[in-house]
Amino acid sequence: MTDAFHDTISGDRGLHIEEPLIFEQDSPGALGVDWPEVEARVDRLGALAREDAIGLPSLAEPTVVRHYTRLSQKNYGIDTGLFPLGSCTMKHNPRLNERLARLPGFADIHPLQPESSVQGALRLCRELQRWLMALTGMPCVALTPGAGAHGELCGMMAIRAALDAQGEESAARRRVLVPDSAHGTNPATAAALGFQVVSIPEDARGRVDPARFEALLEDGIAAVMLTNPNTCGVFENDIHRIADAVHEAGGYFYCDGANFNAIVGRVRPGDLGIDAMHLNLHKTFSTPHGGGGPGAGPVVFSEALAPYAPVPRIVEEDGLLRLEEANGATLGRMKAFHGQMGMFVRALAYLMSHGSDGLRQVSGDAVLNANYLLRRLEGAFSAPFAHAGPAMHEALFDDRSLRDSGVTTLDIAKAMIDEGLHPMTVYFPLVVHGAMLVEPTETETRASLDRFTAIMQGLAERAKAGVALSEAPHHAPRRRLDETRAARRPVLRWQPAGNAKSDVPGV
Amino acid sequence: MRYLPITEADRRVMLEAIGMPSVEALFADVPEEALLAEPVNLPPHASEYEVEKRLSRLAAQNRPAGASPFFCGAGTYRHHIPAAVDHLIQRGEFLTSYTPYQPEIAQGTLQYLFEFQTQVCLLTGMEVANASMYDGATATAEAVMMANRVARRSKAVVSGNLHPHYRDTAATLARFQGFTLDCAPPQPQGGEALARRIDAETSCVVVQYPDLFGNIADYSELAEAAHAKGALLVVVVTEIVALGALRPPGAMGADIVAAEGQSLGNPMSFGGPHLGLFATRTRHLRQMPGRLCGETVDAEGRRGYVLTLATREQHIRRERATSNICTNSGLCALAFTIHLTLLGETGLKRLASLNHARAAELADRLGRRVVTPSFFNEFTVRLDGDAAAAVERLAGEGILAGVPVSRLHPGTALDDLLLVAVTETTDGDDLAALAEALR
Repeated sequence: MTDAFHDTISGDRGLHIEEPLIFEQDSPGALGVDWPEVEARVDRLGALAREDAIGLPSLAEPTVVRHYTRLSQKNYGIDTGLFPLGSCTMKHNPRLNERLARLPGFADIHPLQPESSVQGALRLCRELQRWLMALTGMPCVALTPGAGAHGELCGMMAIRAALDAQGEESAARRRVLVPDSAHGTNPATAAALGFQVVSIPEDARGRVDPARFEALLEDGIAAVMLTNPNTCGVFENDIHRIADAVHEAGGYFYCDGANFNAIVGRVRPGDLGIDAMHLNLHKTFSTPHGGGGPGAGPVVFSEALAPYAPVPRIVEEDGLLRLEEANGATLGRMKAFHGQMGMFVRALAYLMSHGSDGLRQVSGDAVLNANYLLRRLEGAFSAPFAHAGPAMHEALFDDRSLRDSGVTTLDIAKAMIDEGLHPMTVYFPLVVHGAMLVEPTETETRASLDRFTAIMQGLAERAKAGVALSEAPHHAPRRRLDETRAARRPVLRWQPAGNAKSDVPGV
Repeated sequence: MRYLPITEADRRVMLEAIGMPSVEALFADVPEEALLAEPVNLPPHASEYEVEKRLSRLAAQNRPAGASPFFCGAGTYRHHIPAAVDHLIQRGEFLTSYTPYQPEIAQGTLQYLFEFQTQVCLLTGMEVANASMYDGATATAEAVMMANRVARRSKAVVSGNLHPHYRDTAATLARFQGFTLDCAPPQPQGGEALARRIDAETSCVVVQYPDLFGNIADYSELAEAAHAKGALLVVVVTEIVALGALRPPGAMGADIVAAEGQSLGNPMSFGGPHLGLFATRTRHLRQMPGRLCGETVDAEGRRGYVLTLATREQHIRRERATSNICTNSGLCALAFTIHLTLLGETGLKRLASLNHARAAELADRLGRRVVTPSFFNEFTVRLDGDAAAAVERLAGEGILAGVPVSRLHPGTALDDLLLVAVTETTDGDDLAALAEALR
């Protein structure tokens, strides 16, 4: 790589082109949008006109298009290849859904224009609700939460509201039981609402031990937050007993629906005794992750919690759909306007495209693919719960088999990058050491899965043979990045040359 | 099914490889009575053409803004989006990527977030900005909670001219987190006296700029009054283009700016997805919610970017996190930053001037009906009767005349007020049509 004959003059290498910041490409006088200069006139800005330079750079359109095109080439997406990020459900994003969300009848409508002029939009929301209620077997769904964690917040606030409405004894309940394997958002959500988080340990099967669980109920609880299938990749098969025990104890059952892809079309959470569950439209229903949002996190509610669902709600009066803004028992409003409409269009298009038969195939193939990887890789990597029954849509491995090699889970992840793969989720769930959580999804071909297993087996062999992987990746746009330095000496914005480099004074 | 590549032949090979008789057998751990024997009672799969036809029909039952003279604002604005924006955000490497947890293969996302954070700082006049939040309303609620942490107090004074959806979103969290909002009544002509509401319990004062009714006020004195009592000033901006023409909140002493960024790069889309902007002072950095991107170097010393200061976040801190938020609004932030990069310094200032000039032209035409003394691109008009009824009537005549205040403040005595927004997409004919209709 440092061979003088192969070193380039520019430092760029083929399609690996270094791209400066937009601020470093400032060309005063260049314009990327042609708006006319407005003739000076008396303004009505109340003597608050902005006189200073804002500091934004000037670039013409060709420069801008090239900038973002080059940046995009430094990214790995589902369109690039297998993206087995456990718990994230990185499945194919159909382009039809993008086209439909951009129809002027959906994209170019205002949330507060007269309801009579947006009946199609409200009808679409109702239709999405109908599909989500049928698939979950739940009687109520609130569409407005903006993401999964926002849905959790919504669901747990409904539980808080229901407990408060039941009188002093219930209102005083603070304990929320959360398994150690739960997503970080679960305890963060509970804590944000003033609940006290009590952890539930996993048993050797990667599941909640019902007897130990029941013992935790003795001091009274507000709720349990459970992910099913759970993040160990298995189904909580004692779920009926758990649900009954929670209800017996006067608590509510919140289900984290992040893993709904494993059971969609085959199991309805409403048949499992849950009271509230969020659905990540950006996971199960394929709205694009977009580099970290926007998501959408509708929440389904049981009869017991439905009265507390957030506003606005869509109601029908005299054949006309309208948005109901006030309602006695509601927990209130989650965000401005009526929810992530652009995501609702995409999700409904996804649902209609698959239909009830296709959705059943989604969960079947997702689970088959995960089990295929689990069985083919359990010789190469230790799989702590491989004995505990079939996996659901994720295969969980740990680093026991790497222990004597000096190679870490992180090394394996970074070596995968060199092989043209996106790594799986690493070091989560926290209940196993050096976790590697693999979720292939149903949209991978068998050839893609076989290529993945061949690479992973090869990496395991290299690790066992003493090949150091700690320098990987070598072939990505960047080598390993110094995250410690980024946190110790935060530089969070570009500054003109000569300005202080760190954003935090004194460091 | 066109999205599902596993064939029946694949399935046989794979089942044999794992020693299972059927796909159904993989669901053995699900209690039998909960396992559906048949597909759910919903329609079967449909072709791309069929789905497009059916959803296009629903779209056709809405009246798009482009089909009418259009004056709705109140937190969502219709601006022209350059073609390059929508093209670039649909590049698969952006659209189908994840939160950049593996920075070596996510430098594209990380670099634009770093540029985005810088742009937000410049626009708002603040020192540090995060990588975006769900929307302006949730950013506002997070701002109040952050102020509570910084000031170690639990009461926020809220302007009556804050967008009611923002107020209500904060009120939901206040109810369940146990803090208090002291909400002033709406004052359409502006000139609220909020300083006297600040006391030793106040964590922050929340004001909107321009406010719901369109008023523009200098909050410098309010900032001083708040600071004198140990409280923070939170400035909310729902029309971010305004900061191309108006003195930034940072220059008025704001401690936190929470804003809606939809106006740049993002369609109205019936109110979502949008993106929250969040900026503050560096001294409060550790109490800031949301994702942050920072500069660093790689093993060869080359500049690169990573998500940083994650020790504030839920996936590290779990129940001790500053917020339960897990995502930002990445793709909307990308649209925002591309649009703003295309505009640049001159383009943004011209766009803002154009918005203001058109709005001023309409205000001149409407004359005595205009309630708002100073404004940017949106102002309040007093009608002779019920504004909601007038809007409904005008919609029948082909004009989307604006947002009646009663839609946001139901049950108050503000039924005759109409919020009217004008942007670069509103032309002279549109202005004439509304002026004629409201004569």
